[in-house]
Amino acid sequence: MFLLALKMLLGDRAKYLMLVGGLAFSSLLMTQQYSVFQGLLAWTTSHMRNMRASIWVVEARVDQVNETKAMRDTDLNRVRSVDGVDFAVPLFQGVLKARAPDGSDKMIQMIGLHSGTLFGRPPRMIEGDITQLRLPNAVVIDTLAAEMTRLGAGMGRPLRIGDTFEINDREARVVGICQTERHFFGYPYVFSSYDQALQYAPRQRKMLSMILAEPKPGLDEAEVVRRITAETGLRAFTVPQMEKATLRWVWTNTGIPISFLTTIILGFVVGVAICGQTFYSFVLENLRNLGALKAMGASNGLLAAMLLLQSMTVGVIGFGIGIGLTALFGLTIAKSGQPPFKIDAGFIVQAMGAVLLICALAALFGIRRVAKLEPAIVFRG
Amino acid sequence: MNTAPPSPSTDRLAVSARGIVKAFGVGDARTQALKGTDFTALEGELHLIVGPSGCGKTTLLSVLAGTLESDQGEVSVLGTRLTGLAASQVTRFRCRHIGFIFQQFNLIPTLSLVENVSVPLLLNGTGRHEAEAKAAERLKQVGLAGRERQRPTQLSGGQQQRVAIARALVHEPRLVICDEPTSALDSVTGHQIMDLLSGAARAPGRSVLIVTHDPRVYGYADRISEMEDGRVTGVHSGDSLAAFIHAETRS
Ligand SMILES: Nc1ncnc2c1ncn2[C@@H]1O[C@H](COP(=O)(O)OP(=O)(O)OP(=O)(O)O)[C@@H](O)[C@H]1O
Ligand SMILES: [Mg+2]
Repeated sequence: MFLLALKMLLGDRAKYLMLVGGLAFSSLLMTQQYSVFQGLLAWTTSHMRNMRASIWVVEARVDQVNETKAMRDTDLNRVRSVDGVDFAVPLFQGVLKARAPDGSDKMIQMIGLHSGTLFGRPPRMIEGDITQLRLPNAVVIDTLAAEMTRLGAGMGRPLRIGDTFEINDREARVVGICQTERHFFGYPYVFSSYDQALQYAPRQRKMLSMILAEPKPGLDEAEVVRRITAETGLRAFTVPQMEKATLRWVWTNTGIPISFLTTIILGFVVGVAICGQTFYSFVLENLRNLGALKAMGASNGLLAAMLLLQSMTVGVIGFGIGIGLTALFGLTIAKSGQPPFKIDAGFIVQAMGAVLLICALAALFGIRRVAKLEPAIVFRG
Repeated sequence: MNTAPPSPSTDRLAVSARGIVKAFGVGDARTQALKGTDFTALEGELHLIVGPSGCGKTTLLSVLAGTLESDQGEVSVLGTRLTGLAASQVTRFRCRHIGFIFQQFNLIPTLSLVENVSVPLLLNGTGRHEAEAKAAERLKQVGLAGRERQRPTQLSGGQQQRVAIARALVHEPRLVICDEPTSALDSVTGHQIMDLLSGAARAPGRSVLIVTHDPRVYGYADRISEMEDGRVTGVHSGDSLAAFIHAETRS
């Protein structure tokens, strides 16, 4: 009977396509939007993966990794003197205006690294040698910065090692190209030595944006973070703490999560509406057939199982198509990295659960209708 | 005219109903479709239930088939007392022992003929291959060999009713129940269907119960129960049957 149930479903081509299409659309909307949302959230914490330090120390009023309030230079020594800190280095972080070779202004994410250790260096150099940052006016730029739409403007090609551009009227000479994870603000990364960065940035009384630190081997990062906070009055975070703080900041201070959640919920609602409506009308149109089956001795349980099988089948197929389209979307944008995109296996399972729930609900309405159906109706004309 | 119920002592009873009451609706809309009627049918007979429109024929048939519960009275079918039985048990009983033929055929349009016919076997737990083999055999018996893979919508009304007959017989039920099997068909086709029902449908120990208001098919009956206003008012067999048919077809 279950095979026949599937044939009954497939036989109604229009409704079948409507159901699969509606569920595919709903699945696509939910998973694609969630993936973009996750990608966007990941962008907000990309500093932590581009500068890789175990402990991040910031000014007391700073809430998240993309925010800077300058500290005093002496704060660095105070952090270094906290028991359990293996070493601590200064980091300059700021959005500066650079001038591309064609004269146009481009915003960049300037990162100044401690020149002794170059701690906080980008994870992967594509070309060049990071230690050359110690030379005057040297910068390492990421692949995004090198692009012709960015600092490569006017070159007719991406920037290469040896090319120059200007940051605040000072020459910057490219000594290396690195790979970074894109940042939420969309500005490309330009790395220099800390002292060089201070030259590029407009002069201010306090210039130290952040302190990157490592705990002594064998010590618990969270414990060292507690000590730094207690002893210096600055704010210190481990990486997970900073990620959490940053995400919390995004949730409470931007409309991004709400707008994505709205779309995702909308996807679910559209799925429920289309699927519920279509499946119920499928059941209504088949009421005489279902009544005949009931008269011939099909139990309510069997009919319920048949309806559930039908709705789950369109659910699985629809979800499969939806997730396939989402993956396809992810693949096509993977190269440009825009919009952000991060597929989350946990959410896929949840979305699948949501789609199957939609189908189960749709089936449930039909099942209720069929359970109340008098088999005697088939005798009526 | 013989209005006494047939004596159950000589022949075995296939269906016996006593004091059946069934009303629909509430308040002003309440109609009493069956007003405490008795009914009996014997094993192996082709039994017609006739009467004017709205007299309760379909309602009685539904109660006898176990697809509708009566308000009062008792129904026994093939020695099983259906009254008071749990709904699931009635369903199982129908599944095993009753074949159905409906006025509107009620074939599933998205399934092939052989799939439609195999349904009662599948419901009884027969495997698909065996069920379809038996279904194809039945289709051949009703003159539809070679059309197993067609859809009901490709057939005429008479052909669809043949499929329905094949479906009603495929699981060898001991009772076949038909509501107005010929009323959606023209007279020639109607006679062909009645030929099938009084021929192929007949088997030792199997009763065929047909509701009709078409006097042209009265001649096929072994026995006719006449209904009026919610009650069986007369039962005709043997000589009285011939007289009844003569009177009815003349009027
Ligand atoms: N489900 C129902 N709800 C309400 N009233 C009903 C229902 N079924 C039947 N009735 C009423 O019960 C009475 C008997 O109906 P039934 O269908 O049994 O008559 P019938 O003899 O089969 O008529 P016909 O020859 O027109 O098919 C009619 O008055 C009908 O309107
Ligand atoms: Mg009727």
